[in-house]
Amino acid sequence: MKTTDDLRSKVQPAGDDIWEIPPSAKPGMLVPARVYASPSLLEQMDQGVFEQVTNVACLPGIVRAALCMPDGHWGYGFPIGGVAAFDAASGVISPGGIGFDINCGMRLLRTTLTEDDVRPRLAELIGALFSAVPSGVGSKGFVHLSEPEFDRAMVEGAGWCVTRGFGWPEDLEYTEGRGCLDGADPSHVSARARARGMDQLGTLGSGNHYLELQTVRPQGIHDPAAARSFGVDRPGQICVMLHCGSRGFGHQVGTDYLRLFDQAMKRYAITVKDRELACAPFRSPEGQAYFAAMTAAANTAFANRQMITHRVREVFEKVFATSARELGLSVVYDVCHNTAKLERHVVEGETRELIVHRKGATRAFGPGATDVPTAYREVGQPVIIGGSMETGSALLVGTARAMAETWGSTAHGAGRTMSRAQAKRRVGGETLIKDMAARGIIVRAASRSGVAEEAGFAYKDLSAVVDVLHHLDISRKVVSLTPIGNIKG
Amino acid sequence: MVHRVDACAGRRTGWTVGRWHVVEDVALADCALDIEGQDLDDLFETAALAVADLMVDPATISVTVDRTIAIEADALDLLLYDWVSELIFLKDRDRQAFIRVRARVSGEGPFRVRARLEGGEIDPERTALRADPKALTFHQFTLERAAAGWRARLVIDI
Repeated sequence: MKTTDDLRSKVQPAGDDIWEIPPSAKPGMLVPARVYASPSLLEQMDQGVFEQVTNVACLPGIVRAALCMPDGHWGYGFPIGGVAAFDAASGVISPGGIGFDINCGMRLLRTTLTEDDVRPRLAELIGALFSAVPSGVGSKGFVHLSEPEFDRAMVEGAGWCVTRGFGWPEDLEYTEGRGCLDGADPSHVSARARARGMDQLGTLGSGNHYLELQTVRPQGIHDPAAARSFGVDRPGQICVMLHCGSRGFGHQVGTDYLRLFDQAMKRYAITVKDRELACAPFRSPEGQAYFAAMTAAANTAFANRQMITHRVREVFEKVFATSARELGLSVVYDVCHNTAKLERHVVEGETRELIVHRKGATRAFGPGATDVPTAYREVGQPVIIGGSMETGSALLVGTARAMAETWGSTAHGAGRTMSRAQAKRRVGGETLIKDMAARGIIVRAASRSGVAEEAGFAYKDLSAVVDVLHHLDISRKVVSLTPIGNIKG
Repeated sequence: MVHRVDACAGRRTGWTVGRWHVVEDVALADCALDIEGQDLDDLFETAALAVADLMVDPATISVTVDRTIAIEADALDLLLYDWVSELIFLKDRDRQAFIRVRARVSGEGPFRVRARLEGGEIDPERTALRADPKALTFHQFTLERAAAGWRARLVIDI
């Protein structure tokens, strides 16, 4: 692709592991595009990243720069790993900057169990979790909601679950935005979105979504003080990591509004470089309606992860014949990586209200930020970065530098380097499951081909991504987590 | 470079003659499909079969459902967008996948598709599950005339 080759040649160093494409590189760019990556990760980035991040730099009202994190890869509209802030008064909101899986995110639970406690019962535990947490195409949750109850879940988020006994009150303290973002309005959600997602609360989904049992290796504790604050500080400690989002409900909200914005742009005389970047002024009726519906979907994603947490606790209680409280099955944190949120940030010395889009990018607020749990406020917000099911994941912490440099944002995962079809050609799902079992990782999956698509070799080296984040100080390494069991859709 | 893999002919249904293939190097985490049809009816039918094939092994779906749907849109490409979106919607709402499709596309604006869909329940006990499509994106979305009929590119978020 000639244009993209040209763009890659226009990438200029702008600091250690920071690269910029200047506004002169493409007609319509309002701000530079900035990519955070080591030279090696930059080289690995596919051509679409440069095309897409420069397209984002053309959107009305964008402030300072269009950003791409080191796990960036070709998405649709925005690159995965894309971050952009728009002036709330004059800028736009774009479903392509959030993704269809609204509030896809990560939740980490800790336990007082060790690997020695769990290994003898690992197969039983993984089997029970696989049964309790439905996954894969067409899966249904364990609660059946009336329409009014579903409306309340949209508005109350994880709190809806807790007030109905599906969680502990303190779970909310350790969830971004207390598991309930302001501005949700069910009246802006279509009947189709409700019908599609109403019985999916408590389901995992498919693709790269997972529920994973992980352990802390002795050499995996990088910041003992922060690890102690997060309660993930003992070698051999067992943790549970969830990666999922708003399921069919959020997907339909995204579909509905992408279709609406595609037509609405004409009314506002907005043109975009890529139809997937369809957008509307944030303060327009369409922009406000999408924000209200998108926030409703984000809240149901919090509720979804809360319901799964409840099921995980039930399973652990049964398998270990001990209460979840005694097992210390507490939420370390729950954080979004597909959202647009109204936030206040300092821009050239002035505090401004911005609509911050993070698509495959994690919020990473630093020490002192008000929306960080009191217990963590001196340390910073936990950042949960999921790696591949073979290689492990990482717990990091947000920094002041992220607040100043990236709108309090960081990477979200390892980032793919290989297509799903290519991964399936290289390994069969059954073979991979057997191979992982031989290495001590038990996998249960709804789809064999889905397992092959998620093989570790299809992703970048997570440690390379995390090292860049740490080096740039847009988040700092706290603990590395190693998988011992995985459930996939 | 376009790799052609998973090429499938819809002929096995006895109704469609179109073809589809997965396009790699586009949206790595998702699934890009190029669809070809001898006419619009064929293209819509083939797109539906490609979506079913993405979700499940069609051989593991028992035909127990026979339904008719009708969709209208102002533009032809939006009709295709709404058509594929409807099949993804039915996968979640009714847990159904359709392995035999007969579509009739008509109109000159607005455009309409009326279709008979035959398929069955997605039952994890009996159905070999594949990917769970979230949505059809507008990324590289095209519907255009080709030398021998029509072609479309669909990038599906999974």
